[in-house]
Amino acid sequence: MSAASTAEPAFVAKTKTGRVTDFVDQRVGGSGILREFGRKVFPDHWSFMFGEVALYSFVILLLSGTFLTFFFDPSMAETHYDGSYVPLKGVEMSVAYSSSLDISFDIRGGLFMRQVHHWAALLFVASIAVHMLRVFFTGAFRKPREMNWVVGSVLLILAMAAGFTGYSLPDDLLSGNGLRIIDGVIKSIPVIGTYISFFLFGGEFPGTAVIGRLYMLHILLVPALILLMIVLHLFMVVVHKHTQYPGPGRNDNNVVGYPLGPVYAAKAGGFFFIVFGVLALMAGFFTINPIWNYGPYDPSPVSAGTQPDWYIGFVDGALRLMPGTFGDWQVEQTWLGFVFSFNVLLPALVPAGILFTVMFMYPWIERWITKDDREHHVLDRPRNAPTRTAIGMAGFVWYCVMWAAAGSDLIATHFSVSLNDVTYWLRALFFIGPIIAFIVTKRVALALQRKDREIALHGRETGRIVRLPHGEFIEVHAPLDEYKRYKLVGFESPEVLPAVPNEHGVVTRKEKRRAFLSKWFFEDRVAPASPAELEAAHGHGHGHEAVEAQESAKSLSR
Amino acid sequence: MGNHSDGSPNHSGTVATAGQNEVEKFQDPGIPPHRLRLADTDPKAAKRAERQVALLFGISVVGTLIFLVAYFAIDLGAEDSSIATIRLQNMLLGLGTAFAMLGIGTGIVHWAKALMPDHEVSEERHAIRYEEDRQAAVRIVDDIVEETGIKRRPLIRNTLLGAVALAPLPAVAIFGDLGPRPDDKLAHTLWAPQEGKLKRLARDPDGTPIKASDVTIGSAFHVIPEGLNDLHEGKLNEKAKAVVLLMRLDPASLNPSEGREDWGYNGIVAYSKICTHVGCPVALYEQQTHHLLCPCHQSTFDLTQECKVIFGPASRPLPQLPIAVDDEGYLVATSDFKEPVGPSYWERDMHERSIDS
Repeated sequence: MSAASTAEPAFVAKTKTGRVTDFVDQRVGGSGILREFGRKVFPDHWSFMFGEVALYSFVILLLSGTFLTFFFDPSMAETHYDGSYVPLKGVEMSVAYSSSLDISFDIRGGLFMRQVHHWAALLFVASIAVHMLRVFFTGAFRKPREMNWVVGSVLLILAMAAGFTGYSLPDDLLSGNGLRIIDGVIKSIPVIGTYISFFLFGGEFPGTAVIGRLYMLHILLVPALILLMIVLHLFMVVVHKHTQYPGPGRNDNNVVGYPLGPVYAAKAGGFFFIVFGVLALMAGFFTINPIWNYGPYDPSPVSAGTQPDWYIGFVDGALRLMPGTFGDWQVEQTWLGFVFSFNVLLPALVPAGILFTVMFMYPWIERWITKDDREHHVLDRPRNAPTRTAIGMAGFVWYCVMWAAAGSDLIATHFSVSLNDVTYWLRALFFIGPIIAFIVTKRVALALQRKDREIALHGRETGRIVRLPHGEFIEVHAPLDEYKRYKLVGFESPEVLPAVPNEHGVVTRKEKRRAFLSKWFFEDRVAPASPAELEAAHGHGHGHEAVEAQESAKSLSR
Repeated sequence: MGNHSDGSPNHSGTVATAGQNEVEKFQDPGIPPHRLRLADTDPKAAKRAERQVALLFGISVVGTLIFLVAYFAIDLGAEDSSIATIRLQNMLLGLGTAFAMLGIGTGIVHWAKALMPDHEVSEERHAIRYEEDRQAAVRIVDDIVEETGIKRRPLIRNTLLGAVALAPLPAVAIFGDLGPRPDDKLAHTLWAPQEGKLKRLARDPDGTPIKASDVTIGSAFHVIPEGLNDLHEGKLNEKAKAVVLLMRLDPASLNPSEGREDWGYNGIVAYSKICTHVGCPVALYEQQTHHLLCPCHQSTFDLTQECKVIFGPASRPLPQLPIAVDDEGYLVATSDFKEPVGPSYWERDMHERSIDS
């Protein structure tokens, strides 16, 4: 075609690498992708790394887990141990347990890989949890990220599922007792509980099927779902672009940070190796889950001080806290000839149910209360959203009380106190703890906001004490530069939205409830300092009393 | 210093002089001026940073070598290998990997922080959705729906919905063989007399029968039914229901209820070891207080009150196994448990009534 001949001559790469790159590029369109993402800007903050830790732990889990599958045999057939761990020689056990011991003692590097895998699993769930706390307390779940918050919550549940199914695989005494507890909880489910138990275990507990089934879930179904969710999660991160902390030059219309290439990619990429290195260090030096100490699963013995992995702890703790009897009255009830084991059902389902329901719905709850449909890309400092921060802390404390309850026996033995008293105290804290946490957190947040105001208006304390000519001592305050000041004053401070009638002129009951909650949320607020106030503070020079007098006159007049 | 934040008592700390919309706000001063790093201005510092990065990469190489040496030089199969050998190898593998990884990781991060440009840049965000796109998408969907004719042909739509709704049923049904029906399996244990022969109480785990005279006051035995160890299939399933704790107390301290006076022998009583809460073994016997404690969730049962729950999350007492002594002086179970053992389940009460009748 003549048009082609007049166009620029086709690009010909000069080096060999160049030719290979060009070959691929012409077939996949890499240039366009690189042009779009190569310099994409990412905000930088240490608290943004928790999600990265989670992602990297997952990669390490896949790598170490793949190694383990080469040697692990998920069979519950009986065998007699013939490996090199002498204390268990000749002991009857399942093939699963025997092959776990072989991985630990007879395969070079096997113990190391097992420990890396277990530590990475603990870190995986922990980093997801901390990442979610960060997202919650900074309000990063607000529009347009509500759905990504839900995907993240699903990931938390999947991570716990992956952890639990893996925890049970070695078929040692500890994990067997864990399964026994799960079986007991399942059996308490009304109507279908017994059937679910028989279907899961392929008959009566423990049966010979459950390890193989959990193995399939652990290495295929759950990781596939996690991977799918991670893809969704990251896809949405790309669509939304990352949030940023408030500060000078940052607003909801821009994103300030480092370009992906090279700085951000180098930092994030390097961080993978750091996470891997730290996990390797932990695996090398700290024993985790020494299954050889527990022995094979047997329904009769149990070791005192048994603990689930940390992320299941809060459910186990809730099970421990629930009283089974009040005097002679049994919590378990028989109605119409059928058993309702409320002493198991309630603690197993209700606290976790409340936590996860509120967690999933929270973005919509706050959205409804604030009627806020704007996009938010600038994060809140936790102190600038006192009620939200207080709600988060209340939930966190509630979780921690249940979590601590899972170690009630260890608390009792370590601190030489009565086990029963520990339980009574934790039962009380289960109800009071979140309330105290709410009140304290809200007050602390408001106090910090006031402190911010003071610093913004009067500058920071320099530590220099000066004696005035008339003998008064004052501490000299240095004014902030405008960048530092903007960080303290540049935030939104929503106010109470009173109930508004709808199009028929009626204030609905729902709207009244919303207004009530709005009042509860924003009634106590410390407004950001305004330029006028700063002017007032400066205008009176160092006459602090004058400023104070004017301030209080102002607030009284409102 | 200033008392700005207290406000008046009626305003709960609010000092705001007006709603945020009315108050003039501070202007955003923009991104703070960039400050140069030492390595930006001093070529020597840059060179030093370069060497530090290279050193960190070098440490990584050493780590990889440590790993390889530890892997190949330490032989787990050797004659003198012991737990200490494995521990040492594990430690060195960990150390090697840690150096190899941390060397690369810290090296790259140091490189990025010290030598790569650290200018913060600002990029505009774009709308996630544009109105124009939305309208185009709606038109496309309308066209697609129109072309399928699904609105005009409800017969097709309804039959398709019906077919799709039913199609997953086989996928549910096919899981029907995951396990057998429970029936009344949970209501029976190995303790039931077989062909008129009463089962002896045997020691766990070796299975030797226990004589009444072996059980002194204050002692406790972990017990399995005689013959359990000879089972080839379902041994653990049976054990999970049949394990029993055997204790001897001063007969005066036992307070058997009506109908259960002859379930013990001379102060010897046997109770199911499976917790009625969620099924852990109730393995701890507090001899002085006559309490049984479950180590999993701390349910506590009082032996002197027929294992009534006195603390913790369990609701029901531990089931008692009626025992007696046979001609040779061995302890035997006179019958199976009179109620299902272990954690409660939906049909439990039904099963208990059918055992009674």
